[in-house]
Amino acid sequence: MFRLAVRSKSSNNYLKSSLIRYSSSSSASKLTADKYNVKRGNYSTINDDDLKEFNSILSSNQIITDSNDLIGFNQDWMKKYIGQSKLVLKPKTTDQISKILSYCNKRKLAIVPQGGNTGLVGGSVPVFDEIIISLSNLNKIRSFDEMSGILKLDSGVILENADNFLSEKGNIFPLDLGAKGSCFVGGNVATNAGGLRLLKYGSLHGSVLGLEVVLPDGTILDSMHSLRKDNTGYDLKQLFIGSEGSLGIITGVSILCPARPKSVNIAFLGLNSYESVKKCFQTARSDLSEILSAFEFMDHDSQLLAAKNLNSIHPLCQEDKIGIDSVPNYPFYVLIETSGSTKEHDDEKLEKFLEKVMENETVIDGTVSQDEAQLKTLWTWRESIAEASQQFGGVYKYDVSLPLDSMYSLVEAVQKRLNDLNLSSTTDNSKPVYEAVGYGHIGDGNLHLNVAVREYSKDVEKALEPFVYEFVAKHHGSISAEHGLGFQKKNYISYSKSEVEIKMIKDLKDHYDPNHILNPYKYI
Amino acid sequence: MLTKIKILVPVKRVIDAALKPRINKTKTGIESKGVKYSINPFDDIAVEEACKMRKSHKDLIESIHAVSIGSLKAKEVLRTALAKGVDTSSLVDVGDEEVEPLVVSKILKSFVEREGSNLVVLGKQAIDDDSNQVGQMLAGLLGWSQATNAAKVTIGNDGTVEVEREIDGGVEIVKAPLPMVITTDLRLNEPKFVTLPKMMKAKKKPLEVVKPQDLNIELTKKLETISLEEPASRKAGVIVNNVDELISKLKELKAL
Repeated sequence: MFRLAVRSKSSNNYLKSSLIRYSSSSSASKLTADKYNVKRGNYSTINDDDLKEFNSILSSNQIITDSNDLIGFNQDWMKKYIGQSKLVLKPKTTDQISKILSYCNKRKLAIVPQGGNTGLVGGSVPVFDEIIISLSNLNKIRSFDEMSGILKLDSGVILENADNFLSEKGNIFPLDLGAKGSCFVGGNVATNAGGLRLLKYGSLHGSVLGLEVVLPDGTILDSMHSLRKDNTGYDLKQLFIGSEGSLGIITGVSILCPARPKSVNIAFLGLNSYESVKKCFQTARSDLSEILSAFEFMDHDSQLLAAKNLNSIHPLCQEDKIGIDSVPNYPFYVLIETSGSTKEHDDEKLEKFLEKVMENETVIDGTVSQDEAQLKTLWTWRESIAEASQQFGGVYKYDVSLPLDSMYSLVEAVQKRLNDLNLSSTTDNSKPVYEAVGYGHIGDGNLHLNVAVREYSKDVEKALEPFVYEFVAKHHGSISAEHGLGFQKKNYISYSKSEVEIKMIKDLKDHYDPNHILNPYKYI
Repeated sequence: MLTKIKILVPVKRVIDAALKPRINKTKTGIESKGVKYSINPFDDIAVEEACKMRKSHKDLIESIHAVSIGSLKAKEVLRTALAKGVDTSSLVDVGDEEVEPLVVSKILKSFVEREGSNLVVLGKQAIDDDSNQVGQMLAGLLGWSQATNAAKVTIGNDGTVEVEREIDGGVEIVKAPLPMVITTDLRLNEPKFVTLPKMMKAKKKPLEVVKPQDLNIELTKKLETISLEEPASRKAGVIVNNVDELISKLKELKAL
């Protein structure tokens, strides 16, 4: 049978860009510790006895000390944060992790847990010489109960693999995001990832039923017994969802998975203003209601970035053009996904909705996927913006929650500020900033502000921070909707959390990790 | 004065090309329940090509008519074709009956005669049964020229049509006057998305439903499917730890 080949462009690009990085030399240090003036904590340094101990817990192929092999573990995928770790451990069992942590705690050796390393705030890479514990060998699916939809798995399972496994059983993972091919389920839970399906399936705080976590002293906390309803005592697992590796290392996850929708449609629309985007969302919420599973918006410049990177024809282009020439002139684009169980029902609903928004001119133009290949292509024009944002050298990413009314004004304010400071130009290569674009999950009030830059520079950073955070605080938003705090936002938590809240977080950290060995220099 | 061109585009509704088809429990066919269907990708390319011809030869193309043979659900693919720029369409309602290539060709021949078509553009094969027979059989029944697996089509000023076909080791160029049957290959063009305004307009375009007996055609069967089997699954590979181990493994398997 003939099958259309699916291109895997992103992985290639990733490889290419990381190679370029290491062939270019630069005089200024790119190490996170130097760039941000961080002082090393009072931790021990690894000695031969330590290595001997780790060798007694793990086999030799689970220990990495070769400097070339360490490169990928020491840097994040944006190449923004670069650590100096000399040791990566790749345990295969929860028991091994428990032994490692217990030993490190006694020896006061700092640790950074690492999943797929797809984080955007520098949370999963070391700052100094922390030992990296990679969860990549902890990658088995433990069990799936078809009756209840409860999936139990190791934390190092790649999200896409988990979803493919569920797909064969007619179920779906309640989380989906652009990095699904690399990110780990455990990392998703540790960072409380939001992603593209949150609108329909809610946050991980709801769908995670239990966790297996190794605490800093090596104690194993096991709540994998998974009941949907359990009102006995504090709900301890919640502490670890979004704790970003600061309280314990998640080794197992029990999660409730819904039935996989049998009918999925995508509409990709062109709109004339942000007002229309809001109006379109309101109509979608009421008219598509229970089948609405994603409502994403993108500004014109973000589509130009994607077009430049993808070099293919924009879905709303009807002429023989390619790349940026093919992007029509609508200031905003919206991607709507519907998921349901009956195709005829969904089709009819979507058709009626589209007729309505076209007739009242909320939407100017659009298209609907006719087959699976088109469905994937349409998603690509939304999902590839993140990668496209760093095609010129780098990207400053802000992921904020804001009330819908003031959501896009942040992008406009940043664009104006960068222009006023004479930092930004799409044509002049001597300017550090290429441009600032906005896109995100309207349905969740979550904006992604990406500032595509030619190089990371203090000037740009000073222009953006704390400007962005002050704007968000003034409009009662959150400075991190789903990316987390990590290293990037450690100093800015007070823009979103009160003194009382911060004190309680610190108390918990001090209590469970008195030596602060887990993921230091980050979070709080 | 050149003769005007009337194009006929046959389109088939098939299991979506991106999905993995499964054999049904009785092993007599492909599982069709709860599966997504779309237009055969090669036919999508044929529709796109017909519409492109209209764009570049406005005064030459008189009409484009699409035909589908299948259940009433195949109306969907005809609507898509209409939205892309096809003028009129017909659905031959055969219910869930499988129709063999020769019968398909006979049905299409009757449409060529009824519509007075002088150019048929269709996919080189449907991705469900992969027969790759209808274009050839139809040309044979009509006694027309045929150019299969087209990678590029040029309508000349002298009323002839030039077709490039990708063959092993190069490109073959064939040329013939109308009437003609062209079957499309993957690289002929890249179908565009259908926009909403066009989709709405397409609702008002003609879509007639006819039965095979209206065309005096009997759905005879000359082939019998005995059983369907999935290909044997490949054995899993082995991971070796170093080059020495690799070499000894290869020797063991007598590959070295």
